[in-house]
Amino acid sequence: MDPTSIAIQLLNSVQYGFLLFLVAAGLTLIFGILGVINLAHGSFYMVGAYLAYWFSATTGNFFVALALALPIAAMLGFAVERLAISYLYSRDHLHQVLLTYGLILIFNELQRILWGNDVHGIVLPAAIAGTVPLTELQSYPVYRLGISAFCIAVAAAMYVAINATRIGMMIRAGASNREMVQLLGIDVGRLFALVFSVGAALTALAGMLSAPISSVYPGMGESILIISFVVVVIGGIGSIKGALLGSMLIGLADTFGKVLVPEAAGMVVYALMALVLLWRPRGLFGAGAA
Amino acid sequence: MTIMQRTYSRRAFLRHTAATGLGAAAAFAPARFAIGQQAKVKVGLLLPFTGTYAALGHNITDAMKLAFATAGNKLGGREIVLVQVDSEADPAKAPANTNKLIVGEKVDFLTGPVHSGVAMAMVKIAREEGTITVVSNAGANAVTREMCGSNIFRTSFSNWQACYPMGPEMVRRGLKRVVSVTWNYAAGKEMIGAFREGFEKSGGTVVKEILVPFPNVEFQANLTEIAALKPDAVYAFFAGAGAVKFVKDYAESGLKAHIPLYGAGFLTDGTLPAQGAAAEGVFTTLHYADSLDLAINRQFRAAFKQATGREADVYAVQGYDTAELLIQGMAKVQGDTKATKALVAAMEATQFDSPRGRWTFSRSHNPVQDIYLREVKNGDNAVIGIAQKAVADPGTGCGIA
Repeated sequence: MDPTSIAIQLLNSVQYGFLLFLVAAGLTLIFGILGVINLAHGSFYMVGAYLAYWFSATTGNFFVALALALPIAAMLGFAVERLAISYLYSRDHLHQVLLTYGLILIFNELQRILWGNDVHGIVLPAAIAGTVPLTELQSYPVYRLGISAFCIAVAAAMYVAINATRIGMMIRAGASNREMVQLLGIDVGRLFALVFSVGAALTALAGMLSAPISSVYPGMGESILIISFVVVVIGGIGSIKGALLGSMLIGLADTFGKVLVPEAAGMVVYALMALVLLWRPRGLFGAGAA
Repeated sequence: MTIMQRTYSRRAFLRHTAATGLGAAAAFAPARFAIGQQAKVKVGLLLPFTGTYAALGHNITDAMKLAFATAGNKLGGREIVLVQVDSEADPAKAPANTNKLIVGEKVDFLTGPVHSGVAMAMVKIAREEGTITVVSNAGANAVTREMCGSNIFRTSFSNWQACYPMGPEMVRRGLKRVVSVTWNYAAGKEMIGAFREGFEKSGGTVVKEILVPFPNVEFQANLTEIAALKPDAVYAFFAGAGAVKFVKDYAESGLKAHIPLYGAGFLTDGTLPAQGAAAEGVFTTLHYADSLDLAINRQFRAAFKQATGREADVYAVQGYDTAELLIQGMAKVQGDTKATKALVAAMEATQFDSPRGRWTFSRSHNPVQDIYLREVKNGDNAVIGIAQKAVADPGTGCGIA
């Protein structure tokens, strides 16, 4: 590979990594802080994408669609937490897996009833549909670069919110010792509902932002679910920093795996996960990591 | 994907149970009313009615119903009973589903499926049982090659057949250095392999064969690779969401303006509304196009629209021809399904005047048909010529050929 190709592949890696981060950040929040294995996480991604498709088809404007879809996704997350997840905090992981798996079935069926089984595309507004030339042949969509910038902003905002605000402090405290925080007079239930809604909304937002570049199709949630679990496990459960680094590693492994070892490309990210876990069983930034 | 397929199992189970129940009830009917009247003909349909491929299953079924209705709902003078089983496009369930139709329902004819994995299991059993079987979509080459049989017919296409003609066509267009790209799975390899065979025979060179892990839809790394190789053209096969995303990413990466995109027909079939402007100017080959300019195609499409409210597509055409095969074959033996030899001979000799054009069977029971060259223009796969006339699959390894 010549240096230009390597540079562009690095760009591809980082870009893909940021997209993964947006999905994995919500998952690591919910998994790490609430201690819930949320298999329905991919469903929020799918719901976000379908809402974005639906509203941009009806309103004709992608930005309006985002503005409409985001609060709906957050409310959906809140409702799911109150009606289902909140009963599971004290149960073991098997119950959580069963319930959230059931939620996948419900969301998939709703998707089929509401939007059918066709593959849909979203047309980007002309203002952000341009491309930046990279080489004489290849150019890069401005929108993809925009997503990366946006993800950096989200990562920074989350980092600040969790590490430097009062609510972030309560969340961190609730995660490490739920009973103690409750005894101190903090409504952990409401706190957790908030975290879950934010996590769900973040994931749905990832679905919305990916929709124009990926297309919207049945089963899209499941395809992202597994890879986001891989990111969370590599990064360390509950760590935003870990999710960011894990996403970047997966982005690199996936991109260069495809180019350098195409026959084993499907395996590279899982091999990476195995290696990381051998080295650090709790992930790179997991609680109690050596 | 596994998760998705499981989604429907309970409902499908109920459906199966219901179908078996109804079928069993129907099975008693002929015995009771047999006096002075012939038994009904049972036609089994093993098709996906739920899941990702449900739309394909429904279009095949409805086109069959349309053709049967035109023939008075009779095959060789005997009334038709359709037995539908949801294949769920799940190869793991294919043996059980096939047995349900062949052994449980004792169907006279078995038709379907959409998915090649299901087809392999279905054809294997049908060969052993001897049930006359018509494959109405699945394109796996083996169905009319190693797995062929005197009782196995296919009214759709073989993967080889749909893709081979683009090879010589691209060389004729002066495109000599090509990068191919597809998913790393059986159908993708068969389609790309056929293209490559035709292309290299005509003097072209495939400079790189890119295989993307199935069903991964992140293509940026591969697009950068293509840009670095600077081929004359790219030949691609993806289906469904992968087709939509690849065509869009290819256009957005700017490559389309410099390196034309060619592909298997399914790259742009049924996906154009989602692909939008990104698909304009993409060239593909297939045995059909919605806007194919034939009187019979226009009539068929109008009738299908009237009957179902939906637009017909290539799958509907294949369903229509499947029914047509049964209608014509059974007419020649006056509905005598016991006269297997005469029936098979009659079916082999069928001359199709189909919405896709005229076609006949090859010795291995695969269609000998024209493969059209199509270009996406204004959101339509416009036929711009015939890539190759009367293409016959070589039928390599078929004992009856």
